Amino acid sequence: MSASAVHSLWTTVAAPGAEGGFTAPHIEYAQLSPTLIVVGAAVVSVLVEAFVPRKARYYTQLFLSVVAVTAAFAAVVALAAGGYGTTKAQIAAEGAIAVDGPALFLQGTILLASLVAVFTFAERRLDPDAHGNRVDSFAAQAASVPGSESEKAAVKAGFTTTEVFPLMLFAVAGMLVFPAANDLLTLFVALEVFSLPLYLLCAVARRKRLMSQEAAVKYFLLGAFSSAFLLFGIALMYGYAGSVSYARIASVVDGTVKQIDPALADTMGNDALLLIGGAMILMGLLFKVGAVPFHMWTPDVYQGAPTPVTGFMAAATKVAAFGAMLRLLYVVLPGLRWDWRPVMWAIAIVTMLGGAIVAITQTDIKRLLAYSSIAHAGFILAGVIATRPEGISSVLFYLLAYSFVTIGAFAVVTLVRDAGGEATHLSKWAGLGRRSPLVAAVFAVFLLAFAGIPLTSGFAGKFAVFKAAAEGGAGALVVVGVISSAIAAFFYIRVIVLMFFSEPKADGPTVAVPSPLTTAAIGVGVAVTLVLGVAPQYFLDLAGQAGVFVR
Amino acid sequence: MNPVNYLYLAALLFTIGAAGVLIRRNAIVVFMCVELMLNACNLAFVAFSRMHGNLDGQIIAFFTMVVAAAEVVVGLAIIVSLFRSRHSASVDDASLMKL
Repeated sequence: MSASAVHSLWTTVAAPGAEGGFTAPHIEYAQLSPTLIVVGAAVVSVLVEAFVPRKARYYTQLFLSVVAVTAAFAAVVALAAGGYGTTKAQIAAEGAIAVDGPALFLQGTILLASLVAVFTFAERRLDPDAHGNRVDSFAAQAASVPGSESEKAAVKAGFTTTEVFPLMLFAVAGMLVFPAANDLLTLFVALEVFSLPLYLLCAVARRKRLMSQEAAVKYFLLGAFSSAFLLFGIALMYGYAGSVSYARIASVVDGTVKQIDPALADTMGNDALLLIGGAMILMGLLFKVGAVPFHMWTPDVYQGAPTPVTGFMAAATKVAAFGAMLRLLYVVLPGLRWDWRPVMWAIAIVTMLGGAIVAITQTDIKRLLAYSSIAHAGFILAGVIATRPEGISSVLFYLLAYSFVTIGAFAVVTLVRDAGGEATHLSKWAGLGRRSPLVAAVFAVFLLAFAGIPLTSGFAGKFAVFKAAAEGGAGALVVVGVISSAIAAFFYIRVIVLMFFSEPKADGPTVAVPSPLTTAAIGVGVAVTLVLGVAPQYFLDLAGQAGVFVR
Repeated sequence: MNPVNYLYLAALLFTIGAAGVLIRRNAIVVFMCVELMLNACNLAFVAFSRMHGNLDGQIIAFFTMVVAAAEVVVGLAIIVSLFRSRHSASVDDASLMKL
């Protein structure tokens, strides 16, 4: 007797269809491959921490991270070349993730920025050797108390925190999903997936560890606070529309929704749910981009975090968060634009002016760059407000340009050192141009790009964003933007003057000779800055082609 | 019972949590207040789920619990490391970078 015949002796088949009614979800693995590659590599990377001998971990992790990020970037390029950014744009994973132009463009930007950031993470020649072991920017053992015996033992044994590589890969994975999220639940989960590793990365600096831990606590508490607001906003939005899917919410907001049941009819008449919910979700996103008045964490965290982490965070988080904000405002809430535009106007104005004005008073180079990043968030917001196709493409271009300048600038900050580690106080940068002209010149290029001087990527980006804003009827915003650019230019130029036209101090810092890793990071930064500044048209066209969301 | 009452309760809990974050000075208590806010969100999700008669909100509540658990792991690690190096978990003491 066959097995099934035996089985049928004491069982009977239920009526057909009884076990039906459930269809397995259809997952488009090929379209999701960039994220899947990075997540897979992150998981493997955790296993590497567990099983690979300590000596070999650094090289294994570095190799794995570079390969994963490169492969994911190749996957993004392949998808874009296959037309998924334009004609074949679609919503994958049962409505959770959008595969379209902006998503692919931002994912490509995040991956390129992460690749450069991996190089700065892996730099091990800046600090002098400790007990014959090369050290990187991260604590020997993050769990040991600063200055304790266990820390000394860890340094002596040559431990390094190679866990930063898996943490970074997880953060990158979250960032890849964040601008592509097509429902509010995916948005929230992606936000947490990239935030939690960043909190930890902030806490693991080798030097100034108390400051680093303090930065991590501040970032964590404020980040958790803001994500609670985001989540409550999602709850209210779900209450309003009865769904967390972007398309569904958009149709309820527009009033074009079919099939209105009594519960939906009841809640969709309640504008308070929609307005408060939308505002709270936006608040969470504005916190992540560091817009005034949600910027309080930025200077402290940027200053306290290990500088390679700061560069990564400043560049990649901003790209991911602005991507998510664009999708939210352009796909979900275009029907509400008469409500959110005035609010975003106000936020953009205070962000631009606030960031630029407070930056003038800063005396620490990392804090200065932090306030500059706040001002830049304001400039990008001007493009977001445009609510035109050019608004999307100009923001995409600006984010591409800005991320490389930022990582490059923070990489230069890691080079200028004295006995206590990085010499971040501005007074120590006096006369740097006399002592090491090349490093100072490179930093000057980055500062000019931040300031938006022509022939740098900053100018092309700002021009695109302001043009879009002006055409979108936000002329006054452009005037404020230009004024705050002028204010910002003042303190960038002041640093350049300080570096080149003042006498170096006798006990000034030295400029460390980096390994090819950091050199490559800075070189890529300068190259992208100049190429995007001199010949931006190709990339503007690329961003223009990518500037259509799928709904 | 009208599920709207649960929404008022959720809003109240959320407000208590937010006020706690702003008022309390111990990092652990601040963190617990954040957890209270997340749980208020869960209550709102489940109440809305009941009102709309679909299961999305209940599923989301599970996701929120998982995220909150992950946040506890990361948050306690950071707060404990701060406490071990300073013997204080007060957020007022953490002011090395104050201008």
